[in-house]
Amino acid sequence: MSLWSRIANVFRGDRVSRELDEELQLHIDEAIEQGREPAEARRAFGSALRQSEASRDIRIVAWLESLRADAVFGWRQLMKRKVTSATAILSLALAIGACTAAFRLIDALLLRPLPVAAPERLYDVARQGVFEGQVQTGDTWAYPAFRLMRAAVKGQAELLAISSAERMDLTYRADREMEKAWVQYVSGWMFGTFGLRPSLGRLFTENDDLTPHAHPYAVLSHDYWTRRFGQDPKVIGRTFRMGDDLFEVVGVGPGSFTGAEPGKTTDLFVPTMMHAGVIHDDWTWHRTLAQLKPGVALEPVRARLHATSRAFEEERAKGFTGMSRQSIEKFLDLKLVLQPAAAGASGLQQDYRVSLIAMAVLVVLVLLIACANVANLMTAQASARAREMALRVSIGAGRWRLVQLVLVESAWIAFLAAALGSWFAWWSAPFVVSRINPADNPVRLSLPADWRVLGFGLALTLFVTLLFGLAPALRASAVKPMNALRGGADPHSRRRMMHALIALQVAFCFLVLFVAGLFAATFNRLSHRPTGFSAERLLLLETVAQPAQAPVFWDQVAEQLRAAPGVETVALAGFQPLGGDSWNGFVSVNGDPPGPILAYFLKISPDWIDTMKIALLDGRDFRPGDTTPGMAIVNETFVKQYFQGANPLGQRIAKGSQDFQVVGVVRDAPYRDIREPILPVAFVPLHSVDAKGAFQPIRTATFVVRTSSANPLALVSILRREVPRARPEFRVSNIRTQAELVASQTLRERLLATLALFFAAVALLLAGIGLYGVLDYSVLQRRREIGIRMAIGAQAGDIARRVTADVFRMVLAGALVGLALGMASVRYIETLLYQVKPTDLAMLALPAFAILAAAFLAALPAVIHAVRIDPVTMLRADS
Amino acid sequence: MPKPDSLQGSLDLLVLKILSRRPRLHGYAIMSAIKDRSGDVLRAEEGSLYPALHRMEEAGWIRAEWITKDTGRRARIYDLTAAGKKQLAAEESRWEAVTFAVNRVLRTV
Repeated sequence: MSLWSRIANVFRGDRVSRELDEELQLHIDEAIEQGREPAEARRAFGSALRQSEASRDIRIVAWLESLRADAVFGWRQLMKRKVTSATAILSLALAIGACTAAFRLIDALLLRPLPVAAPERLYDVARQGVFEGQVQTGDTWAYPAFRLMRAAVKGQAELLAISSAERMDLTYRADREMEKAWVQYVSGWMFGTFGLRPSLGRLFTENDDLTPHAHPYAVLSHDYWTRRFGQDPKVIGRTFRMGDDLFEVVGVGPGSFTGAEPGKTTDLFVPTMMHAGVIHDDWTWHRTLAQLKPGVALEPVRARLHATSRAFEEERAKGFTGMSRQSIEKFLDLKLVLQPAAAGASGLQQDYRVSLIAMAVLVVLVLLIACANVANLMTAQASARAREMALRVSIGAGRWRLVQLVLVESAWIAFLAAALGSWFAWWSAPFVVSRINPADNPVRLSLPADWRVLGFGLALTLFVTLLFGLAPALRASAVKPMNALRGGADPHSRRRMMHALIALQVAFCFLVLFVAGLFAATFNRLSHRPTGFSAERLLLLETVAQPAQAPVFWDQVAEQLRAAPGVETVALAGFQPLGGDSWNGFVSVNGDPPGPILAYFLKISPDWIDTMKIALLDGRDFRPGDTTPGMAIVNETFVKQYFQGANPLGQRIAKGSQDFQVVGVVRDAPYRDIREPILPVAFVPLHSVDAKGAFQPIRTATFVVRTSSANPLALVSILRREVPRARPEFRVSNIRTQAELVASQTLRERLLATLALFFAAVALLLAGIGLYGVLDYSVLQRRREIGIRMAIGAQAGDIARRVTADVFRMVLAGALVGLALGMASVRYIETLLYQVKPTDLAMLALPAFAILAAAFLAALPAVIHAVRIDPVTMLRADS
Repeated sequence: MPKPDSLQGSLDLLVLKILSRRPRLHGYAIMSAIKDRSGDVLRAEEGSLYPALHRMEEAGWIRAEWITKDTGRRARIYDLTAAGKKQLAAEESRWEAVTFAVNRVLRTV
């Protein structure tokens, strides 16, 4: 028999006992059969009970058996009080589930190491500087700088250039239809450095990344190969067109690797040399990851990279004309830092790191509140069971045996809650991810439910069991049989602990409510911020011409769209504000040297301002003949910034060699981000001419269509067909609405506000339930005292005050602690707030009011119960 | 585990040896065999036999089986396993080493 059989015997203990008894009985019967005196045989055999106990211990894992007995007993206890058990389990399940979901997200985005060789030696090379009092970090680089840095640390570290994955238009030669795929430009030696092997064909090597524009090859990700090609092995050698280049598929990457950018999943890897920016020293377009060689110290590598980067920028700054020495210094004065990137590096990490951690803290607080609730529940029950415990002690149960008894019951609650909670986490983590980006461009974050998540869930459950179970268990085991059986155990010590837990609950609840209030107010302010344009019924057709087409043809397509049914007006823009693109440059006014502040530009057609319903404050809109360079329209902030508020009409501005005359002024409207202050923007005509006066062909632009129907999306399929019908070179690559772009600006705030409010409601509910439970218990405990007081003439109000005074003191103390915690924690979430002052009276009054109201509601039943106590029955009973 | 008594070390050896010669015995028969073979000198304390049997069963040296005897009663009989045979050899050589050493002490002192 093995350990396994001993464990199995635990669950057939009755049979084991029966067989033992039978065997021992057989022995005595044999002895008697052999002619021995029955009495003598029994005496010689000794105590049969002892033998069978000894044998039983051998055949059964004793501790497991006692555990089993406790589990059965604990289950019966739970079933006895179905409602309280269900409340405890549900509230814990919600909290455990939320914690597990938060862990899943944080793990997937921030912690999980990339499936590459030595992820712990991987660093993201970034630059840090202080702008307007805030530390800002950027991690995009120009390729020529990257090349110098790579050479500088050769031998100590390998540097990898990896662009952010972008959704690009491409066509496979056989299929006429244009499709989208996530393309990432990577150094040829990336696969080798990461120790990755191909699933099919070959991966890139250093030789695939030597000469600009000379390596039109692509490696598919395993995921894309499966989704797009059904794992067809004949995909090797297929070609596709992206932009003007024809790429050949040479291999498929390993199944595990989907890029080094959590939140995006790469479909196609292309050598960096195929990126147009690879020869420009002022295009910053890729991240630089550094993999340190084993045993190399970090700081010398950082210092060398810093020196190289600075030397490169200094060299480049010599070409800056007209910038003051001071602003050049400021530009150069960036510190290069190496940020650990075992989990990869991505914009999603930067955007959501603080939010996720704030969310995690909120759910942990909710978990603690739920634990405090269950602890109070268990304590109250332990007191009801004091006599049972005392009895157990008097018939010889050890202290640890009692601790085990109560802990096993807690474990039941925790494990049932964990089972429910894991279901909740299973559903909620992907739900949250799906809310991070707009529907047509979802975040692709893989959320595996593997041993990491399982281990976390298990550890959390055990931790929670100890958290709420240990104190009541120790208390129960410390029972003094004499006192308890006499019925006079000290009830105050128990109440003191319950009251302390109430204060804790209220403090945490206040904190959760306070933070939720801040997030809600932030979202409210942001979504009500005036935009300066009307997003209603605006449909945006991001269109590509293959090959690039002259401006006049774009106008023809626009003309055709105007004739489509349901279309009110149509205009063109190089790209659309708030869509993620921006274009900037230094501006010189009336021939003066350019100032240090960047201006932003946007190419638009005549009528764009009208279509967007941006107010024209002065001057005129563009006319069909206007060109870039030539005319410009500026916004109010531009006027303030560059003309000190003076009338700009007729003045000249220059961007580099291009000269413009200001012909109009429009109202401010957000350009890049609705959170930031309005930027100085100059609008210039879409039609641009080169130095010889020839019109420049346009590859991509956006048709801005104001529709007459309330739902602009109804026109999508018609317009999508109408564009290539107008001219076959044109294709719609993406359709969005302006309202969607605006909404996507506040996605994070909306998500934070929604989740935080949800958890605030849960926290309030739990705290209310906890308060109710404790008050009810204390009335039950003091019913005799209350009876006596009433008998000698106490008034109902007096009783109510007596019953609630202690608890309300605790609520106040808790609220004050919560307030202090809230004030202390605000600076960690400041970056997530928008125009919200944590010291606003409303921000503080709201949680306080909510908690007081909840406390009042929770106290009501107990008070009613207390004043309804009949002194006569109470004094007669149990005496 | 029960505390070792005077026969603890040798009881295992005796039980294993007897089962190796005469397989499929029940507890009482094992006890009788020890008594008979030793010419009534060795008497397994009846009480300690069963815990010892169960311990050895647990260790995998012997295996037990319920059979129905001719009288119609059930009996639990024991049999040696492969591991038990190995254990027997080990116990035998240990016993010989011990008795040899004890004898040497007795002779030389």
